[in-house]
Amino acid sequence: MESGKNFILGIYEDEDVLLKAVRNVREKGVKIHEVFTPFPVHGLEDALGYKRSRLPIAAFMFGITGTTLALTMMFYMLGIDWPMNIGGKDYTPLPDFIPVTFEMTVLFAAFGMVGTFFVVSNLKPWGKAKIFDLRSTDDKHVMAVDLDKNSLSPEEISAALNDSGASEVNTKNFD
Amino acid sequence: MQVTSSVRKPLVTGGKTTHDVTEDICRQVEGKPTKTWMLAMAISLGFLAVGCYTLFYTLWDGIGMWGLNKTIGWAWDITNFVWWVGIGHAGTLISAILLLFRQKWRMSINRAAEAMTIFAVICAACFPMIHMGRLWLGFYWALPLPNTFGSLWVNFNSPLLWDVFAISTYFSVSLVFWYIGLIPDFATIRDRATNKISKAVYSALSFGWDGAAKTWARYESVALILAGLATPLVLSVHTIVSFDFATSVIPGWHTTIFPPYFVAGAIFSGFAMVLTLLLITRKVYKLEDYITINHIELMNIIVMVTGSIVGVAYITELFIAWYSGVEYEQYAFLNRATGPYAWAYWSMMTCNVISPQLFWFKKIRTSLVATFVLSIVVNIGMWFERFVIIVTSLHRDYLPSSWAMFTPTFYDVGDYLLTFGLFFTCFFLFAKFFPVINMAEVKSIIKSDSLKEK
Repeated sequence: MESGKNFILGIYEDEDVLLKAVRNVREKGVKIHEVFTPFPVHGLEDALGYKRSRLPIAAFMFGITGTTLALTMMFYMLGIDWPMNIGGKDYTPLPDFIPVTFEMTVLFAAFGMVGTFFVVSNLKPWGKAKIFDLRSTDDKHVMAVDLDKNSLSPEEISAALNDSGASEVNTKNFD
Repeated sequence: MQVTSSVRKPLVTGGKTTHDVTEDICRQVEGKPTKTWMLAMAISLGFLAVGCYTLFYTLWDGIGMWGLNKTIGWAWDITNFVWWVGIGHAGTLISAILLLFRQKWRMSINRAAEAMTIFAVICAACFPMIHMGRLWLGFYWALPLPNTFGSLWVNFNSPLLWDVFAISTYFSVSLVFWYIGLIPDFATIRDRATNKISKAVYSALSFGWDGAAKTWARYESVALILAGLATPLVLSVHTIVSFDFATSVIPGWHTTIFPPYFVAGAIFSGFAMVLTLLLITRKVYKLEDYITINHIELMNIIVMVTGSIVGVAYITELFIAWYSGVEYEQYAFLNRATGPYAWAYWSMMTCNVISPQLFWFKKIRTSLVATFVLSIVVNIGMWFERFVIIVTSLHRDYLPSSWAMFTPTFYDVGDYLLTFGLFFTCFFLFAKFFPVINMAEVKSIIKSDSLKEK
């Protein structure tokens, strides 16, 4: 996520204070850049007004790709390319193909979804996290407000963060 | 705000704060390896060395080095395979099924259990690969790849091939599930790292995780869908393993009860192995506040329930063998209970059916010593279960002139030791360099569970 250089950070100790603070601060017209938390806080994405993730749809699409691929592969190999007569039985018995079809569906859905998650969230082994406050992976919740994207003055933003229950309000500049 | 009923016991004791969780778990990763760890590692590397020696000769001279004979063509190899795969069922069960059921007690045990799952599946996969003899050609034999024989494809009607797909899918999906959960915790270690090497390593491992609310929302959705996918997957794996036997026509194997019976047995032995490992980890790493007696009791209840299901399955098998009126089926079971392998059968019965019933007593299921001993007894019993199913069904062949007994050789034992060495080496490395408890998940219940104690 490309963003500005000058931020005001509100540090919160408690997830319930944070949830109220997010609503409170947004009502005052402050645009929040992002909130960084050490653990998933339920309801935070709703408070921030984020849309529901579409990853389940991606998982479904990858899943049916796996199903199709598995069935096509088996029908092609045993039905068309090299039919094998095994005790006079059907060349392409569908019930026998179910286990492999199921496994391929799960495999494709899982890997496809996780791959999509990595791509959309910009997670990669050589990725460098833009760290606002080192404590945000330990025990503090950090609300970052981008000064360049807000029309309010830094003082007004700091006051809004303080009023909402932040234990500290800091500034952070990226060069 | 999360509310937990006051009737429930807290899942984290000792009034831990969020910061304490970070400190308590990261301490093991950041500190120097202890003497105990070095010793444990040396012992498992010793097992691994013996195993590598026997593996070399098994591959060099062929699997004739094992004690197999014309009648008993499958013995310790597939027994060990099924045993390890079974053990590898607990981790994904804990993280997937318990997640879907919103069982929060999974949170402090799922990391180690999933790690154990992955290592157990690796150990399991060793046996079919060794059994191939020339395992470097295994890809051609086991996967549908175009090959030098023309386009002669693998046989999709064969349960052994389904096994290849089931186990490789299970392994890779479990690995991904485990890794997704590790990413936020690696970020915590990265942000605390003081030296350059660990900063670089954990930075790469954490994939640039920043804990943004948006990413957490996606993470939660990925975890939920993966749990939904892994739940039928974990049940399918041992079902398909049981097809290896159930779709044959050997008396004693040809049974429709096998899939649920194998799955229950897998969960049973998997939980027992989780208990064995966690009781030691909790003691050595002083994690008593995270893995509480409450956790151990809940796991023991699962062991008791699945142990009872296994017991009912054994008795059903016996009943159906008699009720079916099929002479061969009746003989197979009579021979199991009274034949030359009766000692294995009754060891299995004692370890798997009788011993878990002790957990009806609250005193026993909350006792650490009793749990530890019984968890090992259960896994001994589960090894015998597979041995009984495999060897006693084969050793009295159709013609009495082909009847035989199985005697393991040094190479059978050595190849089994190899997997023990591999398993424990991997587990000890994990316990030293990875966070053994899912910090992010445990932190999310600190407010509702730990702080309310105060």
